[in-house]
Amino acid sequence: MSRTRQGRNPSVAPGSSGSLDKLLAAKEIVIACGSGGVGKTTTSAAIATMAALEHGGKVLVLTIDPAKRLANAMGLKSVGNQELRVPNEIFTNSSIEMRGELWAAMLDTKESWDSLVRRYAPDQDSAERILANPIYKNFSGRFVQSHDYIAMERLYQLHTEGGYDLIVVDTPPTRNAIDFLEAPERMADFFSSRLLRWLIVPYRSKFINVASKPFYQIADRILGTQFLQDVAEFFMLFQSMYAGFIERARAVSSLLHDRRTTFMVVSTLEAAPLREAEFFIDALGERGYHLGAVILNKVLPEYLKDKGAAKTARTILSKSDQIASELSNQISVDQALLTRVLGEVADSYLNFANVALKEQEQREELAVKPEVLSTVPFFESDIYDLAGLVELGRHIWR
Amino acid sequence: MSLTDRKLILVTGKGGVGKTTITSGLAYLAAKQGKRVLACEVDAKGDLAAYFESSPTTYKERELSPGLWAMTMDTEDSLREYLSLNLKIPLVFRLGPIARAFDFVANAAPGVKEILIIGKLCWEVRSGNWDLVIVDATATGHIIGHLAAPEAINELIKVGLVRQQTKWMLDILTDPKLTGLAVVTTPEEMPVNETIELASSIGAKTQIDLACVIVNRVLPELFGRSEEEVFDQISSGPGKESLNEVLGVDSSPLLDAARLAVKLRRTGAFHLDRLRSAMGDKSDIIYIPYLFSRSYGMRSVRKISEFLGEELEV
Repeated sequence: MSRTRQGRNPSVAPGSSGSLDKLLAAKEIVIACGSGGVGKTTTSAAIATMAALEHGGKVLVLTIDPAKRLANAMGLKSVGNQELRVPNEIFTNSSIEMRGELWAAMLDTKESWDSLVRRYAPDQDSAERILANPIYKNFSGRFVQSHDYIAMERLYQLHTEGGYDLIVVDTPPTRNAIDFLEAPERMADFFSSRLLRWLIVPYRSKFINVASKPFYQIADRILGTQFLQDVAEFFMLFQSMYAGFIERARAVSSLLHDRRTTFMVVSTLEAAPLREAEFFIDALGERGYHLGAVILNKVLPEYLKDKGAAKTARTILSKSDQIASELSNQISVDQALLTRVLGEVADSYLNFANVALKEQEQREELAVKPEVLSTVPFFESDIYDLAGLVELGRHIWR
Repeated sequence: MSLTDRKLILVTGKGGVGKTTITSGLAYLAAKQGKRVLACEVDAKGDLAAYFESSPTTYKERELSPGLWAMTMDTEDSLREYLSLNLKIPLVFRLGPIARAFDFVANAAPGVKEILIIGKLCWEVRSGNWDLVIVDATATGHIIGHLAAPEAINELIKVGLVRQQTKWMLDILTDPKLTGLAVVTTPEEMPVNETIELASSIGAKTQIDLACVIVNRVLPELFGRSEEEVFDQISSGPGKESLNEVLGVDSSPLLDAARLAVKLRRTGAFHLDRLRSAMGDKSDIIYIPYLFSRSYGMRSVRKISEFLGEELEV
């Protein structure tokens, strides 16, 4: 499917140029989205850290697949489904004044599904039968769309329990970025569908109606009867939880639309992630979600856009012998070596300048004006520690 | 044996590393060699066609450039084709409600959707219509699930037509002369981690040959050791003053940019070292330089295919 931009802008306060400070003071949930590799997880961790530093209170970052190094940076050996508090020592050790509490949790899809089943199954026995069903096992562990849903479901649960002042959610890397926005509705449709009931009819009564007959004939021949029985059992068992599920999915959906919830689109200025971000911004607008911030990561430094420097670089390339010879008169360096070094420096400058200019143009073409538009410089190395995370956070926070 | 001499190449990698770019480059390269190539996009986003400046492709393949055909995977179409081929059910048969019911089953049941994808790809290989089928496959996180589908199906489905179908698929998939997996990565932490993980689990969970790792967006090395010493000398103190004097301007932006380039290259090199030592002799590693000028569209496809051609020595 091609992605064409569709006019409508997301619901943003007109003419405002706010700060993340203000935005996060007012919101209780921030959902970070964007394509893979743009620093979504790190950015989520950084703003959660900043909120805990500046606003105090309890802040939770709910992440999907944190790099080991990020977990280490937060002083956590590993992050699991249970929320863990980032130890205060690691802030004091880095001479950072921490007003609030920073918590982190990872989303374990399977575990979250299991606990959902336990909650909504009519009795212990049904719960155990669902948990043991081979189709359920696959559904909860691997069904990609179930990641989307369970992330939103977990968020709802955490928010409803009221244990945190702010929850920052790092969304799963979905191929289709809007999937998780529609996940609650889709899950409700899935379980309330007439088709589903129709599918399990032959296993509940002896009669197969005329309409479903061809399906069963074909399905039997392709898949074998045992398999279909597993499928039917799965849906029959799940039927006992339909009401709970549907209501829950609706509640999750309305939480996403709540004014205390905002979305943060993370991107770099590279062509592909940026197109994805624009598509996402449009999708948010069409569905009436609040776009709070756009964070542009890994933006190249300003000095790469220096016209004078580019001119000098071109001069060096065209007269490198002459310049090297003049310079080697002043400092004792082999002239040939100097020519090569100057040539590399000039060439490299022009290469990076090219990228920087291209990215600047792409940034200017970005049509939306969210409440917060923040650019984050290219950090010269990966973020290894808390100080790095806070430094990143301060850049966004400004 | 060169990568493009196989019949089926599956391209995977973490999201955002340039899977589609590399797939396009490989497909273009093979077509240039005179091969009849089918490129298939599995997680349809329409990007592959866009790289060839073309409108989105459909399940029915279409020629994008000479010798290069492309299609988009669609499990419902794949099911329909399967039914018409195997059960002699005419294509005009209206699948409507059945397809929708099937969609539920396929989504929830292990391996069903995957087998329709893998099955179609193997079918195209077996058809003899193509010299090479190249697939812009799912990301590293899901690729094992796709590739292990025929075996998973064998475990869940004890009887039936599907069961009989998995053997010939496995024959194609597990023959290293026919099928190879190419993993795309960039010299960054997470993509390298995922590549290392995949390389160790692919052998444990499937019998598919890891043909190569393709490192995309590798930054150039600016200086050798003696050059670096010279750079240190002219980038600060009296050396820099002399340089400024000769140039007649402040050289700071140029020197800062060079320092940035060196640092970025070093960070990347750190991850590349990790990759190399983890991979050992498990597979070839191919390096594709960072494209400073164009990173999207036909221009980048051509450049990537040239680099791939040099690296693969074809």
